[in-house]
Amino acid sequence: MATSVLDHAPAVHVEKTGIWSWITTVDHKRIGILYGTTAFLFFLMGGVEALIMRLQLMRPDNTLVSAEAFNSLFTMHGTTMIFLGVMPLSAMFFNFFIPLHIGAQDVAFPRLNAFSYWVFLLGGLFINFSFLLNAAPNAGWFGYANLTENTYSPGLNTDFWVLGLQILGIASMAAAVNFFVTIVNLRAPGMKMLRMPMFVWMSFITQILLLLAFPVITVALVFLMMDRHFGSHFFLPEGGGDPVLWQHLFWIFGHPEVYILILPAFGIVSEVLPVFSRKPLFGYTAMVFSGAFIAFLGFGVWSHHMFATGMGPFADSFFAISTMLIAVPTGVKIFNWIGTLWGGSLQFKTPLYFAIGMVAMFIIGGLSGVMHASPPADLQQTDTYFVVAHFHYVLFGGAIFGLTAGAYYWFPKMFGRLLNEGLGKLHFWLMFIGFNVTFFPMHFLGLNGMPRRVYTYPAGLNFEFWNRIQTWGSLLLGFSFLIFIYNLLKTLRGPQNAPADPWRGATLEWLIPSPPQEFNFAEVPPVNSSTPAWDLRRANGGQLPEPRRVSGAGIHLPRPSIWPLVTAVGVLGVIGSLLFTHAIHRWYFITLTGAAILFFGVYRWAFEQPFPEHHS
Amino acid sequence: MSHAISAPHGVAGGSQHDAHPTTTGIPSRKVALWTLIGSECLFFASLISTYLVYKGKSLVGPLPHTESQCMLHGHLQTCEKIFEIPLVTTGTAVLLFSSFFIVLALYGAQRGNRKMLVGWLGMTVLAGMFFVGMQVYEFQHFYHKGMGYGTNLFSSTFFTLTGFHGSHVTVGVIWLATLLVLAIRGKITPERALNLEIAALYWHFVDVVWIVIFPTVYLMR
Repeated sequence: MATSVLDHAPAVHVEKTGIWSWITTVDHKRIGILYGTTAFLFFLMGGVEALIMRLQLMRPDNTLVSAEAFNSLFTMHGTTMIFLGVMPLSAMFFNFFIPLHIGAQDVAFPRLNAFSYWVFLLGGLFINFSFLLNAAPNAGWFGYANLTENTYSPGLNTDFWVLGLQILGIASMAAAVNFFVTIVNLRAPGMKMLRMPMFVWMSFITQILLLLAFPVITVALVFLMMDRHFGSHFFLPEGGGDPVLWQHLFWIFGHPEVYILILPAFGIVSEVLPVFSRKPLFGYTAMVFSGAFIAFLGFGVWSHHMFATGMGPFADSFFAISTMLIAVPTGVKIFNWIGTLWGGSLQFKTPLYFAIGMVAMFIIGGLSGVMHASPPADLQQTDTYFVVAHFHYVLFGGAIFGLTAGAYYWFPKMFGRLLNEGLGKLHFWLMFIGFNVTFFPMHFLGLNGMPRRVYTYPAGLNFEFWNRIQTWGSLLLGFSFLIFIYNLLKTLRGPQNAPADPWRGATLEWLIPSPPQEFNFAEVPPVNSSTPAWDLRRANGGQLPEPRRVSGAGIHLPRPSIWPLVTAVGVLGVIGSLLFTHAIHRWYFITLTGAAILFFGVYRWAFEQPFPEHHS
Repeated sequence: MSHAISAPHGVAGGSQHDAHPTTTGIPSRKVALWTLIGSECLFFASLISTYLVYKGKSLVGPLPHTESQCMLHGHLQTCEKIFEIPLVTTGTAVLLFSSFFIVLALYGAQRGNRKMLVGWLGMTVLAGMFFVGMQVYEFQHFYHKGMGYGTNLFSSTFFTLTGFHGSHVTVGVIWLATLLVLAIRGKITPERALNLEIAALYWHFVDVVWIVIFPTVYLMR
């Protein structure tokens, strides 16, 4: 029902400002910006950790950092990049664009959305707070038992890791429920499942993976916490426990987790390539089902991370075959992306550079992945720099390139300003060269036998040359991000210059002003295909009039609320208190205080009227 | 909310939020609870799998179904099987009946029969409290018999699995008790019966999990 009143109302645009409006916001777009800003800062921290490691490895027998500090650096680099970098950067796009893509006013549960963000922020701060106590996690991002047990990991380091991940898991679960329901239930009329933008499809599959994978790591972390604090022996052989159980539980979560990291980037690239090729995505349905098939197989391949534990020929064969099978749907995706570009009228803008870069780099990472699907090959490669090369090609070359493509593509929609193209292309080339110089030689080093996670190496093993080259590459890579930051700041200071649709986009978000108004859509556009904006454009003879800002009178939005933050503080109190079981005699008073805050927050939340009293 | 967004109507929701039309016609909060249930299945599956993987791997007693050697007061001695099947069977029966009670309470809520709603919801809360009480007694009993949390693999896996189930029941009891207070005050009208329906869904799920745990843990030797 188009409300013509809205169209003719004067375009008064009153935006709430001030820090309180951000603390209590339930607007998915603002929460998306909060996610993006926070995650980008954590991402930079993880990047600095990586650069320190590279400087340490620049020459043999280096003493820039100690072995202990190096352990913390690689643990926190991995943990940060996965849980505080790539996942929440994806969440930024989920937040901002899922509702816009499906023609919704907001997510299904706006306050739950705010709660997810606050829990994520507090969890990220909690885990990084460990640096201040000189107790940063140091047992690897995979936390293998029984290295993580009290005997081998005394001190708070591993406790920060275990409890921090539990807190972050709650944020991810709450967000996953929210986006799952949003996509199932808040689609605009005509937005059938098989008309959804590919980004929404890949995000949808990601939420399913989150929902099914996170409970497993939760259980594993509970067991580890109990071992460390309450005397059980889940992973302790002296009590009959089996450390390999940790590996199984961890990787049943951990392998789907890598698809949680990469599928959103697949979705972004599947949006960018058609728009800048000026033709629809090649093989839409095949793309949907290959994504679903990757996710399904993702739960049946976890033990390929464990070939070195000696599981026997039957299990090795099963997991080798299922792992190789994943190459099929992944190949389908890659060929469809190439098919989208093929014969297209390519518009070489920055997002397209990053999207093509992502496809190319992901192919390299995918190929080395198929290599260690084979157990005998894997036994040679495991724990060497070859594996480090592989997963940086898929997670940096794949996920980060994809997310950066998304950043350039959607920045004008989010902030109403176009990023500088020249700086963007410079960013791309420096990042592309820096990335390859850093990570490609790791293949050679790995095959020459350089182990992962060593803080230094002696001279004369033929490791010096490539390590030096890699460090220079990593500095170039880091520098490329300085250009990106400069571009971001410069553009944000500049005037709002972006039209509603700077790229001739295919999806609904391009039909509304940039940045969108608080209520998103004054009237819901018609959806008759997977490219509704192109349909409208065609029906309009090629051009669309610039959408006007409208008053939005008569559209009532959910009220801001403080209770999501209060509840998040309660969650931090309850879980964080377990840090003190050995340190403080009556540690459970902290738990009870946290529980009281949690309880109070939940009840105020539940009894709060989410919408202003207004019936029309 | 926005009048601009139109979709098939026909949803009798609880709060104003649920009154908004949804794509599937199912209220969002209900879809959310089903989603949560799907996720919880993996949570309990991990706990149950671990229990089964470690079944029979305990190095010392006490054991659930058989006599064993266990350390008591610093001495290795023979101790009897630890399970009290009749007690737990009673608790199980009460919990299963509570699922029936809440169906009747929901029936009352949807038809505006407050007496029926309050009565059966009260019965459900009592049944849930009985189950939690049974479990607290059982845990204490085990503790006095020398089985602490970390005594052996059986005790750790048992307490973790049933403890997490028990905490789910406790959350359910608090939730339903809150709704009971609202029902007594006449706040659970037929239009708001969805609030109870969602809690009931959760309650049934917690019950179903126990239907898996009870035979797996208590009956399977």
